[in-house]
Amino acid sequence: MSATLDTHGHDDHDVHHHKETFVTKYIFSQDHKMIAKQYLITGTIMGVIGVLMSIMFRMQIAWPEKPNVLFEALLGKWAPDGVMDADIYLALVTIHGTIMVFFVLTAGLSGTFSNLLIPLQIGARDMASGFLNMISYWLFFVSSVIMVISLFVEAGPAAAGWTIYPPLSALPMAQGGSGMGMTLWLVSMAIFIASSLLGSLNYIVTIINLRTKGMSMTRLPLTIWAFFVTAILGVISFPVLLSAALLLIMDRSFGTSFFLSDIFIQGEVLHYQGGSPVLFEHLFWFLGHPEVYIVILPAMGLVSEIMATNSRKPIFGYRAMIMSILAIGFLSTIVWGHHMFISGMNPFLGSVFTFTTLLIAIPSAVKAFNWITTIWKGNLQLNPAMLFSIGFVSTFITGGLTGIILGDSALDINVHDTYFVVAHFHLVMGISALYGMFAGIYHWFPKMFGRMLNKNLGYLHFWVTAICAYGVFFPMHFIGMAGLPRRYYTNSNFPLFDDTANANVIITMFAIVGGLFQLVYLWNFFYSIFYGKKTTKNPWKSTTLEWTTEVKHIHGNWEGAIPHVHRWPYDYSNPFHDVDFIPQNVPMKEGEEELHH
Amino acid sequence: MTALLTIIIVLFVAVAIWQLIKIFDLAQVGKTTSLVADDRDNKINGYMMMVFLAFIYIVTILSFWYLGDLPLVSNAASEHGPELDNLMIISMLLIFIVQTVTQYLLHYYAFKYRGETGKKALFYADNNTLEFIWTIIPTIVLAALIIYGLFTWNDIMNINEDEDPMVIELYAKQFQWTARYGGEDNVLGKANVRLIDIDKANILGVAEDDPNAQDDVVVSELHLPVGQQVVFKMRSQDVLHSAYMPHFRAQMNCVPGMVTQFGFTPTITTEDMRNSPDMIDKVQNINQIRIEKSKALTAEGEQPLDPYEFDYLLLCNKICGKSHYNMQMKIIVETQEEFDAWMAEQKSFPDSLNK
Repeated sequence: MSATLDTHGHDDHDVHHHKETFVTKYIFSQDHKMIAKQYLITGTIMGVIGVLMSIMFRMQIAWPEKPNVLFEALLGKWAPDGVMDADIYLALVTIHGTIMVFFVLTAGLSGTFSNLLIPLQIGARDMASGFLNMISYWLFFVSSVIMVISLFVEAGPAAAGWTIYPPLSALPMAQGGSGMGMTLWLVSMAIFIASSLLGSLNYIVTIINLRTKGMSMTRLPLTIWAFFVTAILGVISFPVLLSAALLLIMDRSFGTSFFLSDIFIQGEVLHYQGGSPVLFEHLFWFLGHPEVYIVILPAMGLVSEIMATNSRKPIFGYRAMIMSILAIGFLSTIVWGHHMFISGMNPFLGSVFTFTTLLIAIPSAVKAFNWITTIWKGNLQLNPAMLFSIGFVSTFITGGLTGIILGDSALDINVHDTYFVVAHFHLVMGISALYGMFAGIYHWFPKMFGRMLNKNLGYLHFWVTAICAYGVFFPMHFIGMAGLPRRYYTNSNFPLFDDTANANVIITMFAIVGGLFQLVYLWNFFYSIFYGKKTTKNPWKSTTLEWTTEVKHIHGNWEGAIPHVHRWPYDYSNPFHDVDFIPQNVPMKEGEEELHH
Repeated sequence: MTALLTIIIVLFVAVAIWQLIKIFDLAQVGKTTSLVADDRDNKINGYMMMVFLAFIYIVTILSFWYLGDLPLVSNAASEHGPELDNLMIISMLLIFIVQTVTQYLLHYYAFKYRGETGKKALFYADNNTLEFIWTIIPTIVLAALIIYGLFTWNDIMNINEDEDPMVIELYAKQFQWTARYGGEDNVLGKANVRLIDIDKANILGVAEDDPNAQDDVVVSELHLPVGQQVVFKMRSQDVLHSAYMPHFRAQMNCVPGMVTQFGFTPTITTEDMRNSPDMIDKVQNINQIRIEKSKALTAEGEQPLDPYEFDYLLLCNKICGKSHYNMQMKIIVETQEEFDAWMAEQKSFPDSLNK
């Protein structure tokens, strides 16, 4: 091994063996690979809770006010005689949304894969700060615990929707859940935001500073580009949510009037004067919109990588893909008002946001076309990860297209806050991003655990989930366009909507089957961690650096020197070579040129 | 006890599923299955891709067949409604074409290019012309769509005060709607929550000494004369609510501390809407469902459901607390004569107060 330019003093440690205790290895680890797994496990557990909640409230919608043993068993006092209480319905919907968007799709997706892949794919020993990384995870853990604890509060958990608009979320007398439940929600989220920010800072610093020799920005796998832009988005937008939360805490506990004014409730006028709920909406959505791109961008990065590997050809339009990630990242910060078209804000603003929202459709379309062209004339290895990646593109297209309807302010008038919106965001986040996460797990499971997930169970998981996903969310568009509002405990008070009842039953049935079927995946996941077939070093024959490390995890990732990079990550089926693929660390041949622009 | 039994049953079901999975897995032992996809896997899943494409198309067709008359894209009861419905239909058509074509390409390619030992992929890294084409075409199409949309938005949101719209306040609170007419002078009296006096029955907090308030009329059922432009001034007493009137293609949040507004001209009377063919079908369908449901109810000794007759509705469409799901007000659109007759029967604001 040649003497290498190791910028990190860290490297010298790795040849020695640290005396590791159980606690420093598995609990308070500073190793990015262990932290990735911690994020994944915690995210998975929160996901199970989120899915369980959704099954419950879907059952309530399908069979309203019918006594139900599941409710009785799980909801206790909130389901007297097995009939779900209206307040807890709203709480379930609220906590479901919060858990899924933040704890599963942000921490569980970004947290897992940014941690796992950044150092490995850029050729670094670990993150810039292993200590801060450990803190990020433990803050996430604490925020998860607090969120779960909030479920057991006497007056109920937060129940003002995951968007927690004041005054409903500010006034305990407006709703039971707006008491201690809301307080704990805010505390949990404040800690979550801290976790996220620390993580993002680590990712940005690591990507900028710790790339190995030869790993220029334009030789980075698309995963890294996605994680990089996601982290920057996080740093820009999460603090704004934190500020909204802090101002809300002040309105709730210190008598300020940032979001409140002219309120008469429970027989008396409250003292608040001069504030506006619309301000909260602006602050919330300034994060809220980038947040959904924070959810989808990493999934896009993972899918690009997986599709290239499994197509045995380069991702089509590598540079265009980078440009579109940058465009999506930038544009996502100027579209937030499309969540507020009928908030009462000046209609002119509505026009502005419609225009910017149109713009963001374009790089998204480019990416979709590029993925399709990637598989064109490929030699597709239809592994479960590849199926989920194809499913990602499919549902991203379907869900993204309805976004064009919603982004058009005039059209939003009649579908805002209806099931049309619910169908849209579930297709893009609940299905598409989730598929991206599954694809990542199936693909990088061998790297995380040294074993393979069962392939046949993976196929079963994909096809049943795909069928159920469509069965749940496709019909939902229709009942939304019929004017059926979201967040209704029951629709039976409106004979006008009686003809949507059947659709709701079908949706719920697909949801129950799909939700329960995830048990197959969970079994596969946990079983394979311990008893899965042991993997080889590079089971997918991929070009990126993480597959050059040994199967067994070591601190510092590479036994000896870190590999140097000589080429871009997509030399699959390169016509000037006999081999099927060329890893990034293989030097160029005499006279060989990089075969892309 | 029931709870305990339920948990035990759930556990048994979970164990059963676990066993089934284990059996399935053990049945794979002995077969030389590779850990990664082999030709056989690629073949099966490749074909499955086409099956799934068919599934997508079938679900789409079935949804249109069974649920296709649910969406509100025709028979709009306001002047701006048909323009909006047109925009919706065109937009939907557009995205459907894109959906059909792209899903086809994606799933067909996944099938056609399924991996086989011996085959080699094409090294095709980029093509700037293609990138340009599929950047510029979406841009042009979306731009056209959005420009059309913005014109429609402007038409709807810019209320031409010259046309002397009827001013009506929509007052939202947990969990009830109240409406207030400006009366003869068509000007609403000033109001604020600080003036609410429950004992006096001044539930909207209208300023009693305001001359404009003397002819105001407070009601709990909204009547509108057909063909007369109205502008709704929305207020909320406590939390965010949203005034959603789907048949008129109208919606606007009600924000405490702020007056928001939305205007439209109703064009179809309740009577005419009830007699329109689409509505007759819809109501018939709903009543059929209600009859079925009533059979089940009476069998359990419960009251049967009343038959449904169409009425325009104002619903709350922003989460506002426990009874958000039951916050509605009936809207009746009638001829000018009928409206005048109804208005003549209503008490003016001062007369409605408890002395």
